[in-house]
Amino acid sequence: MSVATDLGWFARHEIRLAWREFIAMMAGRRGRKRAAIVGLIAFAAILHLPAYAVIGRFADLQMPLDKPSLIVMTATIALSWALMLSQAIESVTRVFYARADLDLIMSSPVRLANVFSIRIAAIALMVTGMALLFATPFVDVLVIGGGVRWLAAFGVVIAIGLSAAALAIAATLILFRLIGPGRTRLVAQILAAVVGAGFVIALQVAAILSYGTLSRFAVLTSDAAAAYAPDLDSLLWWPARAALGDSEALLLLLSGSLTLLGVVMAVFSPRFADTAVNVAASSNSARQGLRTRAFRNGSRQLALRRKEFVLLKRDPWLLSQSLMQLLYLVPPALLLWRSFSDSSAATVLITPVIVMAAGQLAGGLAWLTISGEDAADLIATAPMSPSSVTRAKIEVVLIAVAVIFAPLVAALAFASPLQAAVTAAGVMIATVSATAIQLWFRVQARRSHFRRRQTSSRLATFAEAFSSIGWAATAALALAIPVAALVSGAITAAIMAATWKISPKRE
Amino acid sequence: MQPFEAALALRGLTKRFDRPAVDALDLTIHVGEFYALLGPNGAGKTTTLRMVVGLLRPDAGSVCVLGIDALKDPVAAKQVMAWVSDEPMIYDKLTPLEYLEFVAGLWGIDSRRAEATAPELLVSLGLEPHMNERCEGFSKGMRQKVALAGALVHEPRLIILDEPLTGLDALSARHVKGLLQERVRAGCTVIMTTHILEVAERMADRIGVIAAGRLIAEGTLAELRRQNGSNDTSLEEMFIALVDAEAAAA
Repeated sequence: MSVATDLGWFARHEIRLAWREFIAMMAGRRGRKRAAIVGLIAFAAILHLPAYAVIGRFADLQMPLDKPSLIVMTATIALSWALMLSQAIESVTRVFYARADLDLIMSSPVRLANVFSIRIAAIALMVTGMALLFATPFVDVLVIGGGVRWLAAFGVVIAIGLSAAALAIAATLILFRLIGPGRTRLVAQILAAVVGAGFVIALQVAAILSYGTLSRFAVLTSDAAAAYAPDLDSLLWWPARAALGDSEALLLLLSGSLTLLGVVMAVFSPRFADTAVNVAASSNSARQGLRTRAFRNGSRQLALRRKEFVLLKRDPWLLSQSLMQLLYLVPPALLLWRSFSDSSAATVLITPVIVMAAGQLAGGLAWLTISGEDAADLIATAPMSPSSVTRAKIEVVLIAVAVIFAPLVAALAFASPLQAAVTAAGVMIATVSATAIQLWFRVQARRSHFRRRQTSSRLATFAEAFSSIGWAATAALALAIPVAALVSGAITAAIMAATWKISPKRE
Repeated sequence: MQPFEAALALRGLTKRFDRPAVDALDLTIHVGEFYALLGPNGAGKTTTLRMVVGLLRPDAGSVCVLGIDALKDPVAAKQVMAWVSDEPMIYDKLTPLEYLEFVAGLWGIDSRRAEATAPELLVSLGLEPHMNERCEGFSKGMRQKVALAGALVHEPRLIILDEPLTGLDALSARHVKGLLQERVRAGCTVIMTTHILEVAERMADRIGVIAAGRLIAEGTLAELRRQNGSNDTSLEEMFIALVDAEAAAA
């Protein structure tokens, strides 16, 4: 087999794997591919509405732009890039730790550097493809409103997708070299979370510290930002200029990204194999647990709760997902701290953020404890009634959420006892709702399937999201327009009732 | 002196999926017996055992474990039973010792007693060097041994194992067999399904052969040979003859 044939075959294999992984993420089970594609197209079509609301008014933008507009556009592109980088780091980590085909590839008589070049390209393609998918409604809105020149924005998406993938691969492989495969998984997951959330949070923190608001635009459109920004001919504005149809900037951006990816492929492909070997070796090598300590007494429920807490603590995927959610709590916490001395109306914004985060976190934790049971037979054959098992697992979710959110609510109580009471109620209701949804739609799954938990039941995923959003809105309205809160609360309760009604019936 | 003669008594046990998986099965296994349940793939062995341990609800019939009606009082029945499946289900992020501590806690075993028993079990299964390592890098055989240690740590009186020797190397299999025989000598009852007929031949006090959800032969090896009319027939030959005859009759 020639090298070209080798590469062609492997490229097809990688694209097929990436496609099936994507479909599995969207559809969950076999035989639902068509439904997944239709759903995706419907989702993309619906996304045009929020896209129009968010950026429809910018469709008329033309070069030359003033500095504040350039800053806003560049920051938006930088935010997209950070999210892609986060996604790419996650993808690279998954290729190393979760793919089962590395042994097969490495024992095959093909040149590994070539094969891994293709794999790197496939990661870049996957990240860019996802970015294009989500960017399409936004670019469409700009093209419809401002003309075909905005099609250049697709080029910018491709360029930042390629560069994000290249940087992610380089960063992950460097991490392997620096801290070893054992720690890289955890650090890469944390890095992905921090990179993904970091940019938005940094802007919000700057907005809070400077203007006492959560609005990122307050910083981006400020005189101070304009004063610090470089001149209009700076390289920094190339992505914005390229998106506006400047073909020279676009070509330079694309060629720069492709060059970066090429360099990463040339430098890191030969090392990919070593890295994969190290990962395989580390997964087989001894991973020490806690130091040996005395067995602890306690009830059966306590034993179950302890086990759940240990597993939650040792779950790197959960850690990164939860870290992202918790990082988003930093700005409201900071706003709260800044607002102790006055009764700023801005602090009202804290309540929905906290309630929403609690609902989302509770949903993830509830899935892990209730559905993600790796030793389901053991638990089912233990001398405990199913209800006491479920109760112990629910207690774990409630305790974990309480430990995380109680300090925030307590701090809020110093600023506004009423708001603290409303927030606490919102957190409790959102947590109980998310947990109940996971309970109604529970399935038996491996914990390692956490990333794909939404595929267990689309309905549960949407219900969980609507419930969190609904309770967050209700809590905010309870502070601002109490009558409206009654309506919002009733709608959310109706969503919960409908979800329960259509959930699978059990014995 | 045991108050019950039967460690397990099944009467008219029935389970249907798209066809009858277990068909009005009657089975009695005595206390202190090592019982091997044999049968071709899909015969209903695993379904039967999963109903006994409470993982499946029967459509009809009764399950009595050491005098306890397992359908009416499953918690009490589970307290005296242990189940090991062919697919060891353990927690990757726990060490074997942590796993055994958890299992002992679930069965409400005194922590000091479990703390003394757990390392002994792991040592006897050859897992001593790995006691404090997380199970995530363990081979299937090692995981099977951890699961088995989990089944034994709460000192069950009835141990039910579904293909426990799958994936074990010769030395590990010997460890497991030795441990099970030791438990039987101590008065425990062991019910095991296996496709390794030599194991059943050498270890079991009595052998039951199940096909199409029904018990088609049962007895000691000598009794089965007598039923077959030949004293030097191997279990393998008898098993094949029985299953073939059942298939022909169906």
